[in-house]
Amino acid sequence: MTPERQKVLLHLLEHNAKLSPQTVTAMLEDEDLETVERTIRELEDTGIIRGYSAIVNWDRVESDRITAIIEVKVTPQRGVGFDEVARRIYRFPEVQAVQLLSGSYDLQVVVVGRRIQEVARFVSERLATIDFIQSTTTHFILKTYKVDGVVLEDGDDDQRLVITP
Amino acid sequence: MTDWPSRLLPLARDLPPSGIRRFFDLAATMEDVISLGVGEPDFVTPWHIREAGLYALERGMTAYTANAGLPVLRQGIARYLEGRFNLRYQVKGELLVSVGGSEAIDLALRVLTRPGDRVLIPEPSYVAYTPLVRLAGGEPVHVPLRADAGFRLAPSDLERAAGASGARLMIWCNPNNPTGAVVDRQQLTALAEVVLRHDLVVISDEIYAEIVYGGDYCSLAQMSGMRERTVLVGGFSKAFAMTGWRLGYAAGPEAVIRTMLKVHQYAMLCAPVMAQVAAVEAIERGWQDVAEMVEEYGRRRRFIVHALRDMGLDCSDPGGAFYAFPDIRTTGLTSAQFAEDLLVRAKVAVVPGSVFGPSGEGFVRCSYAAAINQLERAMTRLRDFLKAGG
Repeated sequence: MTPERQKVLLHLLEHNAKLSPQTVTAMLEDEDLETVERTIRELEDTGIIRGYSAIVNWDRVESDRITAIIEVKVTPQRGVGFDEVARRIYRFPEVQAVQLLSGSYDLQVVVVGRRIQEVARFVSERLATIDFIQSTTTHFILKTYKVDGVVLEDGDDDQRLVITP
Repeated sequence: MTDWPSRLLPLARDLPPSGIRRFFDLAATMEDVISLGVGEPDFVTPWHIREAGLYALERGMTAYTANAGLPVLRQGIARYLEGRFNLRYQVKGELLVSVGGSEAIDLALRVLTRPGDRVLIPEPSYVAYTPLVRLAGGEPVHVPLRADAGFRLAPSDLERAAGASGARLMIWCNPNNPTGAVVDRQQLTALAEVVLRHDLVVISDEIYAEIVYGGDYCSLAQMSGMRERTVLVGGFSKAFAMTGWRLGYAAGPEAVIRTMLKVHQYAMLCAPVMAQVAAVEAIERGWQDVAEMVEEYGRRRRFIVHALRDMGLDCSDPGGAFYAFPDIRTTGLTSAQFAEDLLVRAKVAVVPGSVFGPSGEGFVRCSYAAAINQLERAMTRLRDFLKAGG
């Protein structure tokens, strides 16, 4: 499969991982099922596809779940780059995401907990105490409107009539 | 008590109701129907275009515009037609912004049909042509499109129909609704020769021109000698997913467009200003959105054609629009029976081909302007329906 076609395949699966290999094959031009299945396997084996998940609107499921975005400033030292600090952070299971950013702070950490206190304790006891971490700023998420390109609010239903010419 | 039937224009009173109506009424009462019967994009108008419309309201743009449409919009349309088809139209006199392509079609038919004129309508085709020709005082003459020719208008068929009817006008759509067939440059050249030989004028409804899959799409107006005898109808509905905004246009020879403009200014005055402002945004900055939507339609098209063939239904490759037009004659049902049974028993709505003209009998129109998971479910239901004996 050409790299261009692989990119289309990845976009299709990123948008809807539940598409069957049969459907994906039909949607791509001039590909056979075997090639598509093999390509997906290779993408999984080489770690380009790291997993499949559902986009869940947790706001509608449980009330005792809280997500915080934490800005972390790091003082890099000889022998300890951002990567090493990031690794120390992402190993905590409550950490959902860690990204290195350009701009006024260095690492953005997403943490999920059951209560504000739980997240606060994580920040003060676990995160802030890591060497080379200069400061942290914690933002609690109040409401999620859109995530991964998907709007979580209702009201975007199909407005069309059932049959039109 | 007023005797209404005697007060109504017989032509309008006796128009048959749209063949789609009955299915619509039936489908509207049912739960859990997957509709492949919708003749419009499932995408919502791209946000930056909607936002331009909102901004127009915020700025207080609530007044009439020039009858022919905002000059800046006409300029945008003229630039598009020149860039896309190498067709040059004067912004003043040769372009008219209408309330949807539909109004442009109605205006063109009204000013080009003299009482009793015969008007050629290749069919199956869009449901409005025949009634609008009648309302304009003309006599519709159907030119059958043949399935074995991929529903593309054969020059010999046009030749025969033009010769036999003495018609002076033809209205057609390319790409075609309901078949998705696209007539390419080579075939257009041959058709243009027939048109010239019979001194026909053509209303060319090219509302789906931007929804084509590969190939080199040409306008009929590009063919040698055709620009001066073609009223080209286009619009924003399909390409930019703007059906509800009601915005289209006509481009053509000054004598026709100016006459259409007179009718338009008395009947409509102008197209809605908010929609016109949004259309400026669309035609200037909306092309990436169009490309992405067409790419998505293309993938669904491959899926649905593959699925239909896989369950034993013959289906030619639609070159444009967002319709597949499978042959259901093997089921032994008429297309109306098939569509009704499929709706009642399998809860999938399609449109019987016969609604679009007698030559559509034996086929159904399946719109793939629907999310892929909807299409998947619809195809599963259709397969089960066929297995159970149709």
